[in-house]
Parts: sequence; C-alpha cells; structure tokens
Amino acid sequence: MSSETADPRRSQTVDRGPLAHGWVIVRTYVRLGVLNVAQYRGEFYVALANVITLATQFVGIAVIFANTSDLGGWTSAGLVALIGVYTILSGLIAMVIQPSLQQLMEGIRLGTFDFTLTKPADSQLLASVAVVSPAQALNIVFGAGIVGYACIRMGTMIGPLQWLYFCLTLVFGAAIVYSFLTLLGTCAFWWVKVDNILVVFSAVFGQAGRWPLAVFPGWMRVVLSLVIPVGLAVTIPAQALAGGLSGWLVLASGSVAALFFVASRAFWRYALRHYTGASA
Amino acid sequence: MTAPSRTSLDGLEPAPDFSRFSWRALRQYYRGEFAASIAVNVAYRGSVGIWVVTSVIQPIVMIVVWRTVAGPTGTVGGYTASRFVTYFAIMMLVNHLTFIWLMWEFEWRVREGTFSPLLLRPIHPIHKDISDNVAYKVIGLIGILPAMVILILAFHGDLSGMDPLQLIAAVPALVGGAVLRFMIEWVLALSAFWMTKTTALNNFYMSVQTFLSGGFAPLSVFPPLIAAIANWSPFPWTQAFVANVAMGRTTGVHILSGYGVQAIWIAAAFGLLRLVWSRAVRRYSAVGA
Repeated sequence: MSSETADPRRSQTVDRGPLAHGWVIVRTYVRLGVLNVAQYRGEFYVALANVITLATQFVGIAVIFANTSDLGGWTSAGLVALIGVYTILSGLIAMVIQPSLQQLMEGIRLGTFDFTLTKPADSQLLASVAVVSPAQALNIVFGAGIVGYACIRMGTMIGPLQWLYFCLTLVFGAAIVYSFLTLLGTCAFWWVKVDNILVVFSAVFGQAGRWPLAVFPGWMRVVLSLVIPVGLAVTIPAQALAGGLSGWLVLASGSVAALFFVASRAFWRYALRHYTGASA
Repeated sequence: MTAPSRTSLDGLEPAPDFSRFSWRALRQYYRGEFAASIAVNVAYRGSVGIWVVTSVIQPIVMIVVWRTVAGPTGTVGGYTASRFVTYFAIMMLVNHLTFIWLMWEFEWRVREGTFSPLLLRPIHPIHKDISDNVAYKVIGLIGILPAMVILILAFHGDLSGMDPLQLIAAVPALVGGAVLRFMIEWVLALSAFWMTKTTALNNFYMSVQTFLSGGFAPLSVFPPLIAAIANWSPFPWTQAFVANVAMGRTTGVHILSGYGVQAIWIAAAFGLLRLVWSRAVRRYSAVGA
C-alpha cells in the first residue's frame, strides 16, 4: 500500500486497465500513421482524387433526378445524405481497416505476424490498427460536409432524437463494416491469399453501398442487410436524416452490429487457436 | 566452352535479327505467349472466377437503380425497365471484353523492377500485355457469358430490336472499341514511369470513364450537355456504341460513321502511345535494379 503511493509513476504504467492500454495503442499507431504521411505525400493526393470521384457521383444523382422525382421513396437530397454516409464509411475503411487487413495478410504470408502475437496486448486490436493512413481522414471530413450540405438542401428541421439516431447508427454501421471485413480478413489464417475476397467486398460496398436498400428487390435487401450488411450500414444512418427512423430500426441495426462484432471476435480467437505460423 | 556469339561461324544457330519487323516472328511469338497466358489463367482460374463475380455486381446494381427510375410501365430516355436490363447485361460483356487492368500493375512493375526483363526482350512489351489480356478475356468469357444470360433471364430483359445483322455489325465495333480502350488505358498505365503512386490518377480516370462510356447509364438518358461532352470524348466509342449497335438502337449509316469515329480515335491514341512510350522508356530507371 505504502509502496504504491510512494511511486505514483510506477502505478500509472502498471495498473492501467485494458481499455486505457488499448487507447494508448490506438494513439501510438495513429501517430505513426501521421509520420508516414509526411513520408509519402502521394497518399494525400489519393484521398484528394477520391473527392474528385465524388463529383461524378453527384453528376450521377443529377442525371437520375433529371428523369424522376424520387428513387424508391428517396429524394435527391436524401440520396446526397446517403452518399455522405457512404463516403464517411469508405474513408474509415481506407484509413485504417483495409490497410491493416492488408498488413495482416502480408504478415501471415511472410511469418511476421508472429511478432504481433508476442506483444502484450489484444492481438485483434493490434492487427486492426496496425496501419493508419490519416490522409484518408480527408474522406471522412468530406463525407461529414456532404451530410451537412444534404441536411441544408432537405430544408426540414431534423430533431435532436433523429440526430442521436444518426450518430448511433453511424457507429453501428462502422462496427458492422469493421467486423465484416475482419471476418473476411481472418480467413487469411487458413487460405493465406484472401485479397480476392476483399476485392469482392469492395465491389459490393462500392456499388451497392451507394444506393438505398429500397431500390433493391426483396431478396437482395435481405442479403445486403444480413449476409453482406453494407446496405444496412449505409442506408440506416442516412434514413435517420432523410425520413426519420423508428427506434426499432435503431435497435435492429445495433443488434446486427453486435452480432457481427461478437462473431468477428469469436472467429479471430478460433483462428488464433489454429494458427501455427508461417515461419514455424 | 565457347560463349555463343552473334558473329560466330562455328555452326551455332544464327542469332535472330530483331532490328527488322517480321510478321513471322511476331506470329510465332504470339502463338507461344498466348499458350503460356492461357495456361497461367487456367492455373489461376479461382482468381479469374472471383473477378467475374466482381464484374457482375456493377451491372446488377445499375439495373436495379434504373429499373426503379423507369418504374414498371414508364420509359426513360427511350428505355423501358426491361430494355435497361438488356443494355446493362450487354455492357457487362462489352466491358469485360474491352477493359484492361495494367494501369494498376505498372506502378508495381516499375517499383519492383519487373519491367527490366520485359524491356530486355527483343520485342515490344505491349505484345505480351495484349496476349495476356486476350487470354484472360477468353477464359473469363466462360463465366461472363452465362452470367449475361442469367441476368437477362432473371431480370426479364427485353431482346426486341436485336437481329443477326446488327450483332454481326457489333463485332467490328467491339474490336475497334477494345483496341481503342486498350491503347488509352495502356498510355494511362505509362504514367507509372513518372509517378510513384498512380492510384489517385487511376481512380479519377475510372470514375470519369465509367460515366462517359455509358457504364452508369445509356447516353440517351443524359441531359444534352453531358451527352454532348460524352460523345466528343473517346469513351462511349469503346463501349456504349457497341451495345447500341448490338441492341439495334444504332442502325444503318450511323454504324458506319461510328466505325469512322473509332478509327480516328484509334489513330490519335496510337500516335499518343508511341510518343509517350518513347519518352517513358527514356525515363525508366528500375528501382529494383
């Protein structure tokens, strides 16, 4: 008791809870990412080009609404909000999820992942934030800007409850996308080369994720909500702003997120138990 | 042991003279390289299959979106819901047969130095790329053709207006489109000689290309200004033109003038390709070397 109070610095470094420890890890990797940006400035232009790519999506929306006044119940402003949510989530994927998964797969193939396992922290967390490219944060900022612009164009007052639902479901959406990608990435422990599966995911997310679930026929809606839940992740937050959400939908989105997160966690543990190491 | 030399008279086979262009040598090269490319694609049939799956997703989404816009009975830009299905199904095939992936590969080729052995060969590296590309297309067709039929059946595509003569006329259009797109995108790939990261440029190109080529929507649904911009660009002549001929929307003399536009763009792209290639090679210094 007396020795603990005698050396407060020691107690600070040792008695930190797992959450605080996790936070330190995340912060360290973000800092390393920032240092990397200074090294490869080209990445910044990549993010900037994605913003130009957004412009063609707006032209696309303009073309559609030159021919119709609503798309499956969505107005053009609502669709812009949806593009904003899509941009935020794709920015998150490009900033940390995708590059870290790429590193994980590379590490498994080369055997360097074994070093990650020796570190005294949660291995899934370490693998999930291993590479951060902060230039992609530009996408998140732009996505938020687009959402803001869409809200102004809608011209309706969005109540505080719907804003709360928006924030909640956006977090759920991020959790869904993260968990789903981690589930795919974890397959690398068996198949080593899963790049191609990730390509399929990017195609589904990049194509189907930019449109509201309402335009899809019934069975595809089920697939995009529960099997490859990218439609759910993007549409629900946008709907909070565009038309309002019921509490049940928030709950449903939260449950899907929780389900996928628990599944990704369990699958990761299972994979580690069966991992023998490429170098061994 | 004497090293074989080009000037030796000791009964060794004379070294081939590559300073002159020889159709015979080129034909031999293509035969060998194509067989090798086919073998590679058959070996990696899993990857080819995955890519086929990916290329089906975009047309499905576009069909679903434009079907919603047109509604069950309406028309948009002359397209009913079931005409959109046919259009995007055909565009999927055209896209498969015309696209190249080399702009994603050149960055890696330059960075890792794998360009060096290609440059050392006494033949222009483009021939290997053409051969690889054609081989991939042939193997991929095994997946894309059934996928196209399934799309048309599953979403009830409308095949009226299609006839054998139009389909025959679409074949040269398809070849022209493939040649034109190959050249444009090969020049784009050459940007890797100047830039260490080409992803940004490629993403930008892809988004503009998809839009103007008719991959997002048939050109007739565009507002007049955007349609005009598209028609003055080379992109619709690589894809939408082919689909329009196949569907019987472009007929008669318009097909011939379309071939003409393709020929002009191909000539321009060929000139650009030669110019950029000669400069690119002079700039090349392999990172891995």
